[in-house]
Amino acid sequence: MAKITVRDALRDAMKEEMRKDDRVFLMGEEVAEYQGAYKVSQGLLEEFGTKRVIDTPITEHGFTGLAVGSAMAGLKPVVEFMTFNFAMQAMDQIINSAAKTNYMSGGQVQCPIVFRGANGAASRVAAQHSQCYASWYAHVPGLVVISPYDSTDSKALLKKAIQDPNPVIFLENEITYGYEFELNESEVDDIEIGKARIVKSGTDITVTCFSIMVEVVMEAAKILEKSGISVEVIDLRTLKPLDSETIINSVKKTNRIVSVEEGWSFCGITSEISALCVEQAFDYLDAEPGRVTAKDVPLPYAANLEKLALPSVEDVCEMVKKTCYKA
Amino acid sequence: MNVKAKKLKEKDLMPKVTTISKEDFLKNYYNMLLIRRFEEKAGQAYGMGLIGGFCHLYIGQEAVVAGVNAALKEGDAMVTSYRDHGHILACGTEPKYVMAELFGRETGVSRGKGGSMHLFDTKNHFYGGHGIVAAQVPIGAGIAFAMQYQNKKNIAVTFLGDGAANQGQVYESFNMASLWNLPVVFVIENNHYGMGTSVDRSTATAEFYKRGKPFGIPGEQVDGMDFFAVYEAMKKADEYSRSGKGPYLLEMKTYRYRGHSMSDPGNYRSKEEINKYKEKYDPINNFKKYGIDKAIVTEDDIKEIATKVKGVMEEAMEFSKNSPEPIASELWTDVYRETE
Repeated sequence: MAKITVRDALRDAMKEEMRKDDRVFLMGEEVAEYQGAYKVSQGLLEEFGTKRVIDTPITEHGFTGLAVGSAMAGLKPVVEFMTFNFAMQAMDQIINSAAKTNYMSGGQVQCPIVFRGANGAASRVAAQHSQCYASWYAHVPGLVVISPYDSTDSKALLKKAIQDPNPVIFLENEITYGYEFELNESEVDDIEIGKARIVKSGTDITVTCFSIMVEVVMEAAKILEKSGISVEVIDLRTLKPLDSETIINSVKKTNRIVSVEEGWSFCGITSEISALCVEQAFDYLDAEPGRVTAKDVPLPYAANLEKLALPSVEDVCEMVKKTCYKA
Repeated sequence: MNVKAKKLKEKDLMPKVTTISKEDFLKNYYNMLLIRRFEEKAGQAYGMGLIGGFCHLYIGQEAVVAGVNAALKEGDAMVTSYRDHGHILACGTEPKYVMAELFGRETGVSRGKGGSMHLFDTKNHFYGGHGIVAAQVPIGAGIAFAMQYQNKKNIAVTFLGDGAANQGQVYESFNMASLWNLPVVFVIENNHYGMGTSVDRSTATAEFYKRGKPFGIPGEQVDGMDFFAVYEAMKKADEYSRSGKGPYLLEMKTYRYRGHSMSDPGNYRSKEEINKYKEKYDPINNFKKYGIDKAIVTEDDIKEIATKVKGVMEEAMEFSKNSPEPIASELWTDVYRETE
C-alpha cells in the first residue's frame, strides 16, 4: 500500500469532492495563491480556479457568515480556519447560524458546510494559538464533530464530511499534517462518520483517544505491554455523534477505562466518556474511570513547561497503571 | 410606475408621480395594510398570552419593505433580523402560517420551533428571521455570493437596523461584497433607536448611507415613510447590483410607533415625537391620500381592500388559535438532516 501524508490525504479528499460536485468550494485565508498556510490546499487553485478556491480577507466573523449564507442558498462550502483558535471570532455564525437554523426553521433551511483546520497544540506557539476546541463544538446539538488521526481516516472522513448535509466541524492537527501513513484506498468509501476504530485489541484496559493523542497512547501501550498490561486502544475518529456502542462494548470486555484528550479536563470529551461509562457500564467497571488531559493552565511557551502541560506518554502509563491498581 | 424620489420635507410629503396603475396601487396598499393589521393583531395576541418570548413589531415601517419588494424580481431573496413579520409577508407567505408560528403551533412556517424571530420561507426566498443583531448581514452577502456563483440574475436584499449598523461584521460584509462584486443591496432601516439608545447616543457619524463609501459602495439616504421614494431608490439599487456592478447601500429613514419589542416601556422618546410621525408621516395614510387625491383609486376601492385585509386576518387568527402545538416527538426532529 502506498504511503501518503495526512496533508495530501486531506487535499485529495477535497479534490475528489470538488471534481464530483460543482457546488463544493473552498474559502479561507491563504488557501489559494499561498497554496494554504499549511499547504493542505496545494494545487487546488491551479485545478479549480479562483471561482472555487477563494482567498478571503482576515475577517473570520464575516466570511464565516458569508459561507453559511451561501450554504443556506444551495452551495457546499468548505471553510478553512487557519487554526480553530481564529474561529472563535466566528463563533456566533458557527453556533447560532450554522448549527441551529435547520432546527429553528422546522427543517426548512439547510446548512451543508464544513469548517476545517488545525486544532489543539502545535509546537511552542503558546496560549492563544494552541487550544483544543473539541468539547466546545461537541457540546452543541446540530454540529457533527470529527477529528481523525491517520491518512486513510482523514481522507475518508473529510469526503464524508463534505457530502454530509449538516454543518461539520473537522478538527485537524498541524503536527500530524506531515505524518505519513499507509492509504487504504479500498476502505475509504466504507468508513463512516460516527464510528470509532479499535486500532489495537487488548484485554486489561480500554484507552480512548483521538487525533495526535493516538500517537501518544500507542506509544504508551507498547511500554505497558512490557509491564504485562494489555491495552485496547480506541481511536474515536468522530466526537459527535460519539460511538458509545464501541466504547461500552470494549469496557464490558476489559472492565477498565482511561480516556485521553489534548484539551483541558473540565467539561472535556473525557468527562463525557467517563460519565457515559458510569451510566451505561457501572456493573462492569472494576475501577473508577481515569482521564489524561492537558493540565489546567493556558499553554506556556517555554519548551519544558509546554511538555509538562500537555498529556505525555508517561502521563498515560501512570494513569493506566493506577486504573489497573498496579501503580 | 414612473416616480421621482425626494428627501422628506414637511410641506411636500409625496413626490409627483406620472403614472401608477390602479392595480399596482391597490396591490401595494394591500401589502402595507396587511402588515399593519397583522402587527396590530400580533400585539393584541401577545397581550393575551397567545404569543410568548420576544415580539418585535414593524408598525410605522411598512413602506420600507413594501417599496423594496415592489422593485424585486422573481427569485430575488430577502433576509433580515428579528423584526421580520413584515418581511415574510412581503415575500408572499400567507399570514395564517406566520401567525401560527408566532403562536408556536405546528402549522407555523417553522413548524412552531422558531417563533417570531426565526421565521423562514425558502420557497418564497425569505431566509429569515435572525435573532443575533447583524448576523444576517454576512448571511445576506453569502446568499448573493451563491447567486453569483450559480450565474443567477438575481439579487439578495439584506435589511439591518441603525443599531446593527455599528457591528463589525457589517463592515466585513461590505468589504467582501465590494471586493467580489456581490449582487447584494444593503438596506439600513434607520428608525433612530437601537432598543432604547438613540442614534445620537450610539453613533459617531450618523450618516449611515455613507458607511459603504470606504469600501466603494454607493449609498443613498431615502425617506422611508414614503412608498414611492423607497420604490424609486430600490429600483436604482436593483439595476446597479443586478447588472454586476456590486453592492449598493440604502439608508431608509423610518420610524417605529411601538417599542423595540413588546417588553419595551418606551421611556426614551416623547409621546409628541411618536404622534408627530403618526399624524404627519404615516406611510399608509399618506399613500392612501395620494391615491385618492390623484384619482387613481376611490374611497370604495380603499374600503374593499380594508375589508379584504380584515377577512384575511380573521382567518389567520382563527387558524392559529385552532392549530395544535407540535407533537412531543418533534422535540427531537430537525437537529440533524439525513443524507438524501
